[in-house]
Amino acid sequence: MIEWSLFAESWPAYASGLWLTLKLTVLSLAAGLVLAIPLAVLRVSPSRWVSGPVWAYSYFFRGTPMLVQLLLMYYGLGQFEWVRAQWDAGNAFWLVFRDPYGCALVTFALNTGAYTTEIIAGALRAMPHGEIEAARACGMSRFTMLRRILLPGALRRALPAYSNEIIFMLHGTAIASTVTLVDLTGAARNAYSQFFAPFEAFIFAGLIYLCITFALVGLFRVAERRWLAHLRPRVTSRKAA
Amino acid sequence: MLHGYLPSLLDGAWVTLRVAVFSLLLALVLGLIGASSRLSPNPLLSLPATIYTTVVRGIPDLVMMLLIFYGGQVGINVVTDAFGFDYVDVNPFVAGILTLGFIFGAYFTETFRGAFMAVPAGQLEAGRAYGMSRWQVFHRVLFPQMLRHALPGLGNNWQVMQKSTALVSIIGLSDITWLADQAGRTTHEPFLFYAVVCAFYLLMTAVSGLLFRWLERRYSVGVRRAAA
Amino acid sequence: MTQLTVQDLHKRYGDHEVLKGVSLSAEAGDVITIIGSSGSGKSTFLRCINFLEQPDAGRIQVAGEEIRLVPGKDGHLRVADAKQLQRLRTRLAMVFQHFNLWAHMTVLENVIEAPVHVLGVSRREATERAMAYLEKVGITRFRDSYPAHLSGGQQQRVAIARALAMEPAVLLFDEPTSALDPELVGEVLKVMRGLAEEGRTMVVVTHEMGFAREVSSKVMFLHQGLVEEYGPPAEVFGNTRSERLKQFLSGNLK
Repeated sequence: MIEWSLFAESWPAYASGLWLTLKLTVLSLAAGLVLAIPLAVLRVSPSRWVSGPVWAYSYFFRGTPMLVQLLLMYYGLGQFEWVRAQWDAGNAFWLVFRDPYGCALVTFALNTGAYTTEIIAGALRAMPHGEIEAARACGMSRFTMLRRILLPGALRRALPAYSNEIIFMLHGTAIASTVTLVDLTGAARNAYSQFFAPFEAFIFAGLIYLCITFALVGLFRVAERRWLAHLRPRVTSRKAA
Repeated sequence: MLHGYLPSLLDGAWVTLRVAVFSLLLALVLGLIGASSRLSPNPLLSLPATIYTTVVRGIPDLVMMLLIFYGGQVGINVVTDAFGFDYVDVNPFVAGILTLGFIFGAYFTETFRGAFMAVPAGQLEAGRAYGMSRWQVFHRVLFPQMLRHALPGLGNNWQVMQKSTALVSIIGLSDITWLADQAGRTTHEPFLFYAVVCAFYLLMTAVSGLLFRWLERRYSVGVRRAAA
Repeated sequence: MTQLTVQDLHKRYGDHEVLKGVSLSAEAGDVITIIGSSGSGKSTFLRCINFLEQPDAGRIQVAGEEIRLVPGKDGHLRVADAKQLQRLRTRLAMVFQHFNLWAHMTVLENVIEAPVHVLGVSRREATERAMAYLEKVGITRFRDSYPAHLSGGQQQRVAIARALAMEPAVLLFDEPTSALDPELVGEVLKVMRGLAEEGRTMVVVTHEMGFAREVSSKVMFLHQGLVEEYGPPAEVFGNTRSERLKQFLSGNLK
């Protein structure tokens, strides 16, 4: 009953699909994080003129499906004559948006950047006020305080929520297969149409995703033990509550 | 307006809305069943529920959807062949709802499980001490309190779920995304139509965000705000 | 030499005037204790000295240098030069009621943080200095622990070491024992007493009358934003003129 030839013939496609999935996940997460850290700082600004645009950005990307964002970017931009002119002129920046891989990376990075901005902004707001006062009282400049006290504290606190975001993005990259990219899901879709064996094709891909998810969850547990040790009360050395 | 595609897009919006609401209802039911099973001391109940939530939450929803849609197609035809019926096409509307409901049932299971466990055991003891039956303790004490604890998590999952409805366009359901895609190809103005889809989703998520905030305010009387 | 001079400090929140002109002058080696009931403005006064609160009027000099102030748009005073404030804040180290240690740093990291990143001391020198101060407050064996793993009294002693590591002109204490369990108050007071005996200049807001009586060189009693009594402890406690202070003390002396 089981279509074994699917595995025999398609495993190289699955392997290269997995590689693309991992590349998309890691690169978009890295770019999103780099984007999110400064944006989160602006997001918690008391000035509406500063926090407002960041809010609008994150509201748009968190309020619409990533699939639609990707289609908008990949199929949508070509509607504009000006963009097509840039493509014809060989403008390197705009050519990124003609390439499905470039489009997917930019969309995914902007999307995870929006969620990550809110995660870090939330952690910044949750920073105990006393720790900030102590930093001011010993003469720290705003920048030093941000670099040494606020961000290190907030990024650690953001770790559990960010772990979820990482898994969300690993799974989210599956929609890359809708813009002709052959990621892990794309490989499974190709294998399905070749062999008409949906269970084999999709369960195989699903199991690979599942394994990566488990590995990541294990990794997060180690990371939280290391980076959030300071928030866990330790039973032994506690004399008073 | 919109080159005459407005009625078609409104139809699509109505499809998306129904997919979202029906799969929400299914996911709520599955979530309650799943949470009750997971919390059961009987491993025959708790183990399948644990496998369900772990596996479903470890796989992308698109892969799950393709598996259920195409796999379901094959599965059903095996059955119909055996009984000598004609070839049956799986309805993408039903398949979409079943898939989304099944996937988010796993997330709701975890939400409800956490909410059930957040109700202090002492209150259940108090109920029994006053002579309530098990059923009375469940529906007078446990359930109403659990619901309050679950609301923030349900709200979050519902927001994620609404955006996942766009995936049904990939299995060929004529939802708003699929219709916008068609309109964009015909008119050569895809950006315009995808922008309309974005506006629709922003409206839907904004309205349900307000709704959940109102529900939380209404039902969280006497309960400390759960950490987001 | 005069380490700290505060002249005619005013502060209001909306319609409520918390400080109605309070002055203070601390010579090197002075230990000035500020007492008063809650709402007397004593913590606000201390917090205004290093601008954790913005005073509405007044002048402040630290080690002979005056903090330059300009009137802001809303009528409150504003610091003219943020860099100058940062520099002068390094001369005024503060110990808080709730310790306010940085949770993500170990004890040692807390103590070397500001010397390294604000004063620009080398990490090695800062560590040496930090170990000396941690020894002084008796907490060296917890150097690699996180604050959350220490008792309140231990955390406050770390906070004192953190303040000392700045080698400031004046130490400011904002009710340093009020958040502690009664059995932990003693260890912190002992450390503070030791610092006073070393001749450090300290301004201490406290409810500990024993400390005020035995350790301080001057006692200030604040009542409704005004200085009601000010003088050496023997005079203030031994020869109390103010009726309000008498009432306050009878409520406090158990």
